[in-house]
Amino acid sequence: MIYFDNSATTKVAPAVLETYSKVSSSIWGNPSSLHALGEQAFGLLEQSRLQIAKLLGVAQDEIYFTSGGTEGDNWVIKGTAIEKQIYGKHLITSSIEHPAVLNSMAQLEKLGFEVTYLPVDQHGHVSLTDLEQALRPDTILVSIMAVNNEIGAIQPLEQIAAVLQNYPKIHFHIDAVQGIGKGIQKLIMNERVDFVTFSGHKFHAPRGIGFMYKRRGRKLAPLMSGGGQEKNLRSGTENLPAIAAMAKALRLLLTDEQEKVARQAKIKQFIYENVIKYPKVTMFSQLDQTFAPHILCFTIDGVRGETIVHAFEEHQIYLSTTSACSSKKHVISGTLNAMKVPEKIATSAVRVSLDEHNTLEEAQEFVRVFEQLYQRFAKIN
Amino acid sequence: MQYTEIMVRYGELSTKGKNRRAFIDRLGFNVRETLHDFPDLVVKANRDRMHIQLHGEDSSAVMARLQQVFGIQNFSPSIKVERDVEAVKQTAVAMIKEHYQAGMTFKINTRRSDHDFKLDTNEMNDLLGGHILRTIPGIKVKMKQPDLILRVEIRQNGIFLSSQTIDGAGGLPVGTAGKGMLMISGGIDSPVAGYLALKRGVELEMVHFFSPPYTSEQALNKAKELTAKLAPFAGRIKFIEVPFTEIQETVKHDVPAGYLMTVQRRFMLRIAALLADKRDDLAIFNGESLGQVASQTLESMVAINDVTTLPVLRPVVSLDKNEIIEIAQKIGTFELSVMPFEDCCTIFAPPAPKTKPRLERARLYESRLAVDALIKRALAGVKVTEIRSGEKFLTENSDTFAELL
Repeated sequence: MIYFDNSATTKVAPAVLETYSKVSSSIWGNPSSLHALGEQAFGLLEQSRLQIAKLLGVAQDEIYFTSGGTEGDNWVIKGTAIEKQIYGKHLITSSIEHPAVLNSMAQLEKLGFEVTYLPVDQHGHVSLTDLEQALRPDTILVSIMAVNNEIGAIQPLEQIAAVLQNYPKIHFHIDAVQGIGKGIQKLIMNERVDFVTFSGHKFHAPRGIGFMYKRRGRKLAPLMSGGGQEKNLRSGTENLPAIAAMAKALRLLLTDEQEKVARQAKIKQFIYENVIKYPKVTMFSQLDQTFAPHILCFTIDGVRGETIVHAFEEHQIYLSTTSACSSKKHVISGTLNAMKVPEKIATSAVRVSLDEHNTLEEAQEFVRVFEQLYQRFAKIN
Repeated sequence: MQYTEIMVRYGELSTKGKNRRAFIDRLGFNVRETLHDFPDLVVKANRDRMHIQLHGEDSSAVMARLQQVFGIQNFSPSIKVERDVEAVKQTAVAMIKEHYQAGMTFKINTRRSDHDFKLDTNEMNDLLGGHILRTIPGIKVKMKQPDLILRVEIRQNGIFLSSQTIDGAGGLPVGTAGKGMLMISGGIDSPVAGYLALKRGVELEMVHFFSPPYTSEQALNKAKELTAKLAPFAGRIKFIEVPFTEIQETVKHDVPAGYLMTVQRRFMLRIAALLADKRDDLAIFNGESLGQVASQTLESMVAINDVTTLPVLRPVVSLDKNEIIEIAQKIGTFELSVMPFEDCCTIFAPPAPKTKPRLERARLYESRLAVDALIKRALAGVKVTEIRSGEKFLTENSDTFAELL
């Protein structure tokens, strides 16, 4: 089996699973309990938080646990809206964000907020001029993803941060779900960013766990009200086994990060170069520094994306039609649509997404099968 | 730069006359203790300077530790070169370049303990100054307050160059002023009092009173971790924990509310004094500051101090809270101190303690209790442990979970 759908989810690492099950069976106290069992659980909770903070180069009290990327995005957007609505009701995002961002924004629009969706160019990048023009005195949030989940475009985060230096009151959020462990931590954890959201299952931690970086001093209304966990900002008994497992997964992910990234980039390049040779292939991801090292999105013109996915599946190779979230709904890719890719081509798009365990041999096998399928589709095309 | 040795200048101890040798020996001992995990170091504590030969050990790590050793005025990382003018020139240029920025001024300051060397101090100054002027474009010489001073020492065994002088912690070597006992709670003041006592050369032991179940295990761990924070200044520290529950319960039950605090403190001081006596401690230190809380008035001190003739020293007695906090932040105890665990000073705090307790009253109320028996039982439960620098005791700070994470 060749698994090339790591942007959808990743396999839980055995060492991570081991932590999950050890904590579940032996450190099951409630971190809020006063007795020794609670104290022990609290200790592990805070150690996990500290480890994550250190890995990101931030302070322990700037890390908050969530249930994942979707919750993180919802929290920053709606929490900012609630917290800062007296200062303004205008938010800015890009037109190619994950649905967790776009649909949160849409909900706010129904409540009377105004949202500017920045357009993207043919490579899926927002422009600084558009951002500068969109900024208004009543803007309260700029929310931009680090790495686009469909084509892998890296947004100009440092330049956006530089623009926002002149607007110190605006909350700056980066959705880094696809960006962690991909060699761009310096761009993400930049000097200006206020909130960064992460999802555990994208880096070999279990589902249902994620975390958020919140800059010290920035205010965010809670969405989960209750027993006061996470400094009263995210109530709910902490999912300790998953939290500890995620802290470990992050450590493993970031060990020898540069080496792993280089390997993924090499595999991506290999596939890119061998696939782009074919006349009917349209490539959306590029090899330069403005694209992540692990995502490759392309089409074989005239063949539906899901057909390609199933054809590869017959060879035990797993990829995806653009994003997993929308792939079962027969809607065309939001990102490609925003890039003004014609609908006919966009419906053909498929995505290869790598992790640090994929090998060049797998890529060679992929290319071999691709060749075969390409010839086969040529007959019906 | 790859420094070869660190030259340490002594502080006040050079004025200590006959005791000078003892002070220097003690400082040498303390420095070796602090640097015990750098096996290749050689520490030579001479009469006028101390030389720490690095033999390849990491100079910045060594210097970070040195800054916490009392009795050091300042120190300079230096490089030893052969007694060869060309070698000196080369190293001198490299050293200046390390810190040089456009527009800076410099001077050379040569000392010669070996008067047989072919150049005298002025010739050496001229030679090196000229060479640096020629090699680094734009640099200027300035005799008064230059930006960079390159010190050159010509000794029999080589020539030593240094360009930086880093302030040490000052004070006197710990251990040269005798041994005392610090009453440590979990608060902000007592660790600062301990730090100040250490600074004047006192070797410290800690005594801590704890009252389970009224105080939690975490409160005890917090006091231990605070002790570990002081350890870099002190070497190892003995931590003496005294169970105080029975005394507190008895006092609460039998003493009028207004005198709870006073009588409790008298017990603590009695126990501390007994322990100090037994352990050859010459004085008791605590973190009392005048007027800060009800118990910290002169009247209160009179009523409490009554139980011992040992000197009870209060290094922070006249400091403002802000000044105490400033030191606590500097020595890294503040964040720990403000963690919210009840300690034995806060439990059973009466709603309205007497700010001006009377000594006779305190004695009278106390006389109704079986003082000796209570103290005897408390002393029977005393536990002594040794705490070293960097140890962690609070669960959320410990690395108990390292293998899980």
